[in-house]
Amino acid sequence: MSSNAHDLNSIRAAARADTEVNFGFWIYLMSDVIIFSMLFLVYVDLSQRYAGGPTAADVFELRGVFLETMALLLSSLTFGMAMVNLHQGQKERVVIWLGVTFVLGAFFLGHELSEFAHLIHEGASFTRSGFLSAFFGLVGTHGAHVFFGLVWIVVMVVQIKLRGLTPPVASRLARLSLFWHFLDLVWICVFSTVYLPGVLQGVAA
Amino acid sequence: MSHSTDVTPGHAPTARGYITGFVLALVLTLIPFGFVAFGSLSQGATLIVIAVTAVLQLGVHLRWFLHLDMSTEQRWNTISILFSLLIMVVMVGGTMWLFYSLYVRHMMVGH
Repeated sequence: MSSNAHDLNSIRAAARADTEVNFGFWIYLMSDVIIFSMLFLVYVDLSQRYAGGPTAADVFELRGVFLETMALLLSSLTFGMAMVNLHQGQKERVVIWLGVTFVLGAFFLGHELSEFAHLIHEGASFTRSGFLSAFFGLVGTHGAHVFFGLVWIVVMVVQIKLRGLTPPVASRLARLSLFWHFLDLVWICVFSTVYLPGVLQGVAA
Repeated sequence: MSHSTDVTPGHAPTARGYITGFVLALVLTLIPFGFVAFGSLSQGATLIVIAVTAVLQLGVHLRWFLHLDMSTEQRWNTISILFSLLIMVVMVGGTMWLFYSLYVRHMMVGH
């Protein structure tokens, strides 16, 4: 039992936010904050440049965005549950919650990709107008992050299965946790800057 | 790592904390979506509701999901995000200033 308690302590120590690797990853996320803030700026600047093409109100669908938002928010909670169980050394539960998080993230990304495919099929591709270039650039960059988050979840589940909850695995899970919550944070800005004001224009018109 | 022998466990997150954050975030999501879906306010007022709930929700995520505070474990994360905020204000504010100035000059030349 004492070795178990020691294992748990080393897992918790590795997952600390102020280890060198975890702080370094946080600095990377801060650089991502700057990238996204510039993409948001470009979007706001170009959001009315329709070039005679479809407007924001024409292409945005509130119901789909709401489902995506709920999936991502719920996935933040489920990833949190994975981290709670990591700190308790509950290997199987960590895997289950990571699995649930993956399903929610995959639902989000699948929904987003089908929205993109639908827009391109309708002729509202990123080449149509400044508005659509900025839209695909911003939302696509977020979606790409979600994609790599999903790949990362799969890698971590495989590592847990092969090696168990070792300190290096716990350290990586702590970084994936930062990454995943950060993506939800960016999404709040996306639906508040892009989708809700866009849909609102159609309501007023 | 200097901490490899001296094992200091980090602050363990609790289910209760994540659920608190989730419920607050859920409410702060439902409010703006509700106002946009049912259109009970003017456009300007709705935009203000969207902005305020978004900022509040960012705070909720930072506090309950990313656990940012001024504790020893989190202090440098918090300081670095505040620094990023400063850089963001300079870059976004500076670019908007530049674009606006360019826009005004264009209008003056064109008309």
